[in-house]
Amino acid sequence: MEQARIRNFSIIAHIDHGKSTLADRILELTDAVSARDMREQVLDSMDLERERGITIKAQAVRVAWKGHELNLIDTPGHVDFTYEVSRSLQACEGALLVVDAAQGVEAQTLANAYLAIENGLEIVPVANKIDLPAADPDETAVEVADLLGDDPARVLRISAKTGDGVADVLDAIVERVPPPAGDPEAPARALVFDSAYDQYRGVVAFVRVVDGSFSGREELRTMATDTRFDVEELGFFSPAMTPVESLSAGEVGYVVTGLKDVSRLRVGDTLTSVREPATAALPGYKDVKPMVFAGLFPTDSDDYPELRDALERLKLNDAALVYEPETSQALGFGFRSGFLGLLHMEIVRERLEREFDLDLLVTAPNVAYRVEERNGEWIEVHNPAEFPREVEEVEEPYVAASIIVPKEYVGAVMELNNERRGTFGRLEYLSPERVHLTYELPLAEIVLDYYDQLKSRTRGYASFDYDLAGFKPGELVRVDVLVGGEPVDALSLIVHRSFAYDRGRLLVDKLREEIPRQMFDVPIQAAIGARVIARETVKAKRKDVLAKCYGGDITRKRKLIEKQKAGKKRMKQVGAVEVPQEAFLAVLNIGQGKGS
Amino acid sequence: MSGARHLYVHLPFCAHRCGYCDFVTVVGRSGQHAPYVDALLWELELERGRLAERLETVFLGGGTPTFTSLSDLQRLLEALPAAEEVTVEANPETVSPELARALRVAGVTRVSVGAQTFRPQLLEVLERVAGPDDVRRGVHHLRDAGFDNISLDLVYGIPGQTASDLETDLEDALELQLEHLSCYELEAKPGTRFTHAWGAELARQADAMEDYFERVVACLTGAGYRWYETANFCRADMAGRDLRARHNLAYWLGHDYLGIGIGAVSTIENLRWRNTPGLGRYLEALAAGRPPEREHEPLEPDVQARERVLLGLRLDEPLPLRDLRPALDAEALARAERLGLAVDGGETLALTRRGRFLGGGVTADILA
Repeated sequence: MEQARIRNFSIIAHIDHGKSTLADRILELTDAVSARDMREQVLDSMDLERERGITIKAQAVRVAWKGHELNLIDTPGHVDFTYEVSRSLQACEGALLVVDAAQGVEAQTLANAYLAIENGLEIVPVANKIDLPAADPDETAVEVADLLGDDPARVLRISAKTGDGVADVLDAIVERVPPPAGDPEAPARALVFDSAYDQYRGVVAFVRVVDGSFSGREELRTMATDTRFDVEELGFFSPAMTPVESLSAGEVGYVVTGLKDVSRLRVGDTLTSVREPATAALPGYKDVKPMVFAGLFPTDSDDYPELRDALERLKLNDAALVYEPETSQALGFGFRSGFLGLLHMEIVRERLEREFDLDLLVTAPNVAYRVEERNGEWIEVHNPAEFPREVEEVEEPYVAASIIVPKEYVGAVMELNNERRGTFGRLEYLSPERVHLTYELPLAEIVLDYYDQLKSRTRGYASFDYDLAGFKPGELVRVDVLVGGEPVDALSLIVHRSFAYDRGRLLVDKLREEIPRQMFDVPIQAAIGARVIARETVKAKRKDVLAKCYGGDITRKRKLIEKQKAGKKRMKQVGAVEVPQEAFLAVLNIGQGKGS
Repeated sequence: MSGARHLYVHLPFCAHRCGYCDFVTVVGRSGQHAPYVDALLWELELERGRLAERLETVFLGGGTPTFTSLSDLQRLLEALPAAEEVTVEANPETVSPELARALRVAGVTRVSVGAQTFRPQLLEVLERVAGPDDVRRGVHHLRDAGFDNISLDLVYGIPGQTASDLETDLEDALELQLEHLSCYELEAKPGTRFTHAWGAELARQADAMEDYFERVVACLTGAGYRWYETANFCRADMAGRDLRARHNLAYWLGHDYLGIGIGAVSTIENLRWRNTPGLGRYLEALAAGRPPEREHEPLEPDVQARERVLLGLRLDEPLPLRDLRPALDAEALARAERLGLAVDGGETLALTRRGRFLGGGVTADILA
């Protein structure tokens, strides 16, 4: 296809604003999928995504419309994947900005819209769900146009659900989105905007060819990581995989690489030909680093090998997932894993539990800290149990947070952000009713229950997005929890000094409730270094007998004792103290803001 | 094989089923007392080969054995093999001077009286028929008939029972100068009417009752009783008799026993079986000369060993270990010793005084 007739675009929308439905309608309307074969939301390939209404892995589908080749590039919808979103956007010249006409602009829409504008994309604004009784397309059009500095009349009004206006969307893409501008004669260069692992074919790269063309079975290399491989197949999605002889400048498609390790082909890297290589890589490649860490432990320690295998398999598909073995005396063998953010962590956890049928204990998430030790050396700490007890200085990651909320909740949001050590940025009115607030917040303060709190204090009206904003020094201390005098590594946490007492008290109180009485007194303490900041005692049991036992019920009493024995075996041993796994779970839940 | 030297006979009939009771009982049915005794004797006849030539103990439990019509009870007692100890359980209100004499004449050596408590309002909670004075009168009738080995059952942890209620119960029991006392914490079994009615109350008072067991042991040992089993106490006898319940001791020492009657359990060598609890089916089978339906439970050597530990550690005498070591978790045992709960004497294993208060937990701990 000649470049002038190609349009590459993506859809930007807040969760539930109708991105997938619109994608489905586009496929239907362009006959890419017959109505009968139509599974709803074709682009979301994983069950999990379908249920959560989010899209994790970008894919691209090629459709034909009035003599043009349209490539719809799907973007992940969440803040944890900002980098991946930006790579997907870089593969496009335009974006549909879909806003629910009953809801208006949300923080996530805003973040991704700005990302698209920064990438120089032509934005085609769309007010969706105009069939809803609560829809206010005019108000939404004004809000969106305001945001883009555009004319409200140019905002398309559609219902992806009924199909109303979808053809106009396709026409607008052809009319407003510019064709790709690469040089078809230059040495071949393609942007890897996503990848997936197929157990039979290895790593499949999703690419946007920028310059030149790729053809046949030549040898390619990645310019940032210098990985080399022979092309096994080129093609595009229609949405089924459709092999082609070549992919040329402006086109979007896939490359079957035969690589066995997804980490060797990173999103954002540039593919070029080994025979006639390009001289410079495409701009914007970043090695994304995990910022949120948590320990993953099998509930049943016998499942450790299964957990290891499962992580290995997930990693094939998820280059951002990192993990290393961790041993906790309380929780046994597991892995300390790093994630891009909270959602990423939740997704990994759910996939492990669902696809691999594992029962997991997940420790309270923490962020990466930079610590200057007494000897002046800086180290990065991902695990509270490894946080030095004596430090010179500590730095923690911050985020630039963006919150959109109806104006009556501004006070509630400010209060929450103050509690979370936030620094106010600015406040602007998006409309007479809706306010956009920016804050700088420590990432540690949002990895716990921030999002839930924000939602509950604004009755679900607030929308929230964030971007990492570097490290800053903080007054952070390590709080240890001791049971029977033994520190419980899995329960150590890093908190701001001003929260240490309250958090310590909460943990100790909860543990006292959860640890069953033993045959001796069990002190439970929270301590900063050698200084105890909270203490409780689980008093020793004074009686534990089976009241009576005669000839008629020996079997039953034996079974009771055997059951009691089995119960003890399931306990985790902290020194001489038997702690039920549920106790850790309950405490970890407070850590995650679910128990308080 | 020498045969079991202990015989248990179950007499299920009761005037009323108390709310907390989960034994196999039958209310009323006076017309079936005679056929039931016939059936018992048939079953005994069928199983006689499993019994030793001479029995050490016979125990008539219930139900309320003394609720059985006197003529049938007498007929049964006369037909049972002789034994050194013959115990009958009795509810206080059933112990008339006639009954006491009849039991004595029939060779009963020991009576176990189910008093439970002397507090009228607590007897009501337990739905007991007897009043406090029935207990005292009953004991005196038994003494008058010549019984010199009487046991009394007390229950503590009754909903609404205060610490002073318990103290008074113990004092009242001590005043009767009985040879033997059994003190049980009330067990509210799930699913019973009682638990339904009182479960919430019991949960509320659970903490307050934590030390009732300690009070019972302190009071009775202070009065000179020997705490020889978790829930059982006996007086030191002037004449040098061993006043422990010999029949029950046989259970705790792991000896074989034959049980007859509905729901009765027998354990002989490596087999345990339980008779059907259904009265009709039991009568029917034995009327036809067949053994009643039974549930059999083979006892593997490791199970037998665990039971020996579990039962033996209820007693105040050290448990001879001999072949029981493999049933124990050496590490857990060492920990229990460090905590001052158990004493591993090499040849024997004993719980300390504190260990006995925690006997269930310690046993669960140290079993392999």
